[in-house]
Amino acid sequence: MYKILEARELTTNIYLMEVEARRVAKRCQPGQFVIVRMDAEGERIPLTICDYNREKGTVTIVFQTVGAGTKKMGELKAGDSLHDFVGPLGCPSELVDEPVEELKEKSILFVAGGVGTAPVYPQVKWLQKRGVNADVIVGAKTKDLIILEEEMEAVAGNLYITTDDGSYGRSGMVTQTIKDLVEEGKHYDVCIAIGPMIMMKFVCKMTEELGIPTVVSLNPIMVDGTGMCGACRVTVGGEVKFACVDGPEFDGHKVDFDQAMKRQQLYQTMEGRALLKEQEGTTHHGGCGNCTDNN
Amino acid sequence: MDVLKKVPVREQDAKVRATNFEEVCFGYNEEEAREEAERCINCKNARCIVGCPVSINIPAFIEKVKEGDVEAAYHIINESSSLPAVCGRVCPQESQCEGVCIRGIKGEPVSIGKLERFVADWACEKDVKPEGAKEKNGKRVAVVGSGPAGLTCAGDLAKLGYDVTIFEALHEAGGVLVYGIPEFRLPKEKVVAKEIENVRSLGVKIETNVVVGKAVTIDELMDEEGFDAVFIGSGAGLPKFMGIPGEQANGVFSANEYLTRSNLMKAFQEGSTTPIMKGNKVAVVGGGNVAMDAARTALRLGAEVHVVYRRSEEELPARVEEVHHAKEEGIIFDLLTNPVEILTNEKGWVSGIKCVKMELGAPDESGRRRPVVKPDSEFVIEVDTVIMSLGTSPNPLISSTTEGLETNKWKCIIADENSGKTTKEGVYAGGDAVTGAATVILAMGAGKAAAKGIDEYLTNK
Ligand SMILES: Cc1cc2nc3c(=O)[nH]c(=O)nc-3n(C[C@H](O)[C@H](O)[C@H](O)COP(=O)(O)OP(=O)(O)OC[C@H]3O[C@@H](n4cnc5c(N)ncnc54)[C@H](O)[C@@H]3O)c2cc1C
Ligand SMILES: Cc1cc2nc3c(=O)[nH]c(=O)nc-3n(C[C@H](O)[C@H](O)[C@H](O)COP(=O)(O)OP(=O)(O)OC[C@H]3O[C@@H](n4cnc5c(N)ncnc54)[C@H](O)[C@@H]3O)c2cc1C
Ligand code: SF4
Ligand code: SF4
Ligand code: FES
Repeated sequence: MYKILEARELTTNIYLMEVEARRVAKRCQPGQFVIVRMDAEGERIPLTICDYNREKGTVTIVFQTVGAGTKKMGELKAGDSLHDFVGPLGCPSELVDEPVEELKEKSILFVAGGVGTAPVYPQVKWLQKRGVNADVIVGAKTKDLIILEEEMEAVAGNLYITTDDGSYGRSGMVTQTIKDLVEEGKHYDVCIAIGPMIMMKFVCKMTEELGIPTVVSLNPIMVDGTGMCGACRVTVGGEVKFACVDGPEFDGHKVDFDQAMKRQQLYQTMEGRALLKEQEGTTHHGGCGNCTDNN
Repeated sequence: MDVLKKVPVREQDAKVRATNFEEVCFGYNEEEAREEAERCINCKNARCIVGCPVSINIPAFIEKVKEGDVEAAYHIINESSSLPAVCGRVCPQESQCEGVCIRGIKGEPVSIGKLERFVADWACEKDVKPEGAKEKNGKRVAVVGSGPAGLTCAGDLAKLGYDVTIFEALHEAGGVLVYGIPEFRLPKEKVVAKEIENVRSLGVKIETNVVVGKAVTIDELMDEEGFDAVFIGSGAGLPKFMGIPGEQANGVFSANEYLTRSNLMKAFQEGSTTPIMKGNKVAVVGGGNVAMDAARTALRLGAEVHVVYRRSEEELPARVEEVHHAKEEGIIFDLLTNPVEILTNEKGWVSGIKCVKMELGAPDESGRRRPVVKPDSEFVIEVDTVIMSLGTSPNPLISSTTEGLETNKWKCIIADENSGKTTKEGVYAGGDAVTGAATVILAMGAGKAAAKGIDEYLTNK
């Protein structure tokens, strides 16, 4: 059993949890994920590691309620326990391996969509600790869906917030902000985009036009998370990769997003789909605004 | 009674069982078991013992069954095997113990597997436990993976007095026994959980949710967590795909995924939250045990199922009993047939599987006749689900994070057959991780050999 030390709702249907998991906390790196099971009958739910505290032996996760599993998890309180918590899984983000001196030379842009803000946060924090200031764009459909703003503000070089409906920050989708920033004279050597598939797809389209190499973090359907089942396979640069062991981060310009999106819908339960629709209309997780004509 | 024939075993009717997940075979009752035991002539140089990879003293335990002392029979089996209820059910007996039984020369061999199962089930019902160590020796061994190899190695070491901890990546112990082999062949609560409980009762600790190579490395287990030796029994690894067009379509699964959803995640049960494609018409590609299990699972979930296999029936690698059961249940075998493409509809879902007919040519290096494509024989089987069951390739997670642990050209861990010794001091390995996908009993044999190897190493250290 893995004790929940903190549980709070960040915004409607997005929850943060700090969980005691010594083995994971000891070894995890930005970019990796865990698989969580609430109870003995529960689903195996993959979630990105949002933060960790090695001394305390805790890991923080942020999740959005989309279906039965995550919805039930949202009801847990501090003091409750999770039945299973396995990780760290997947490869750490590439920047972890780069010499700090080289990172300092680079101008880095993060693009976070909706709940994707959570996995972006530890990477920006990791960089800031090493004296590297990265720019961050956070996008959501509307003001209420922006999460971790204060936390992000504290670690980002420049933080740009954009909402589809213009209710907060800039107006429009994240792709617009990327374009605007470049047109305003910003130069970026690398972009890291994490959010709903559809957002990552359009960010990649944009950065390809602008010539900015882009890394994305994919969230295909998973079962074991150790390379045993092949459920998480995605095509990258014409090759089949297992996201749980080869990823979850990949070169965004090489990912076959259309296929990945189709595969992700495989098990979207009627329930889950209904819930999403109710929450975010046609944009699903929010953040890109392109969903309307692509779903 | 015809002494040339096995005492028949009661089974669920094929039509009924095709719609449920209850166990197919009911096994012998005490009377039937004794009657079958009488057929064994208690050979002096019993060939059956040689045929069993863990050398169970078969005539001795069968004698005890004859005498009606089932408990004594159980302890005889337990000296060599820690999972008798499992092996009695899933061992390919026809090519092992029963394959060489004297009785088989003229007539049918003694039904050793069913007798073993009878004894193990009896012991389980009567709550007879294996005998543990009298004294602990204070030395600690880590075991990676809780499949048959890991469980056996851990059980044997615990019996010798070692303090053993198993680290398992999944949330439940058992390896293929829980996530691969289906309920209708190997009941989880009644058999697997009990056998694991027996290993626990020997004092073995099992820590689930630990992916070795990710959460902790082999070196850390030895240098930081104080383990004196490590056994790696991490199993066969990653599923293979064919590399044909359409394989990433929605509705194409690896057998591992399909079976894991059904077995480990209980998708077959009413009310389970785990989704699974039920499918109307399913093609299973491959001909091994895994393919049979996937096919029979899909059938039970309500589909019409085709097994697509490129060689002929004779070459089917699956156990004879499984093929026989599958046929009885109504699985359609499309033999000498090889898929070349998976067809999809406009939404990206599977709509069919394009195949070619094969014929058998000259024998290849495995001694089996090599299938070659018949010209102009393309045809389409309309299906909405395809399950790929083409075998596995080793998972590099452990070998790539352990300095000094060498693998062979197939990326399997190199280990000595008799002792399980790897190229790294204090590290032993066995089971599918070493041999590639094989059998439960071979994995157990390897776990056993490694336990002996580890004991020798730590005693002399
Ligand atoms: C590597 C990785 C990292 C992730 N990180 C986060 C995160 O930090 N925060 C967060 O909110 N979500 C994250 N997700 C998505 C999250 O795992 C799903 O939203 C969750 O599994 C849905 O479960 P459910 O039972 O509530 O939904 P249901 O709709 O009931 O799901 C049914 C099944 O479909 C699958 N499924 C449905 N949606 C997804 C999806 N988007 N991705 C993968 N599988 C899905 C799951 O297998 C689930 O068991 C991540 C996914 C992956 C693969
Ligand atoms: C569907 C199916 C049907 C089969 N039918 C039969 C049959 O009828 N008869 C027969 O004899 N054989 C059968 N087999 C083969 C048999 O099950 C295997 O040969 C046997 O289970 C191998 O045992 P093992 O202990 O080596 O590995 P496994 O049983 O695969 O166990 C390995 C364990 O290690 C864990 N693990 C892997 N990596 C790590 C890691 N890094 N850290 C921690 N844990 C890890 C895995 O999660 C798993 O639990 C079948 C196999 C399958 C898949
Ligand atoms: S373990 Fe397998 S091979 Fe050995 S006696 Fe039992 S059924 Fe036969
Ligand atoms: S070979 Fe057959 S008859 Fe002889 S001891 Fe073994 S089981 Fe009995
Ligand atoms: S989740 Fe099973 S192989 Fe990646």
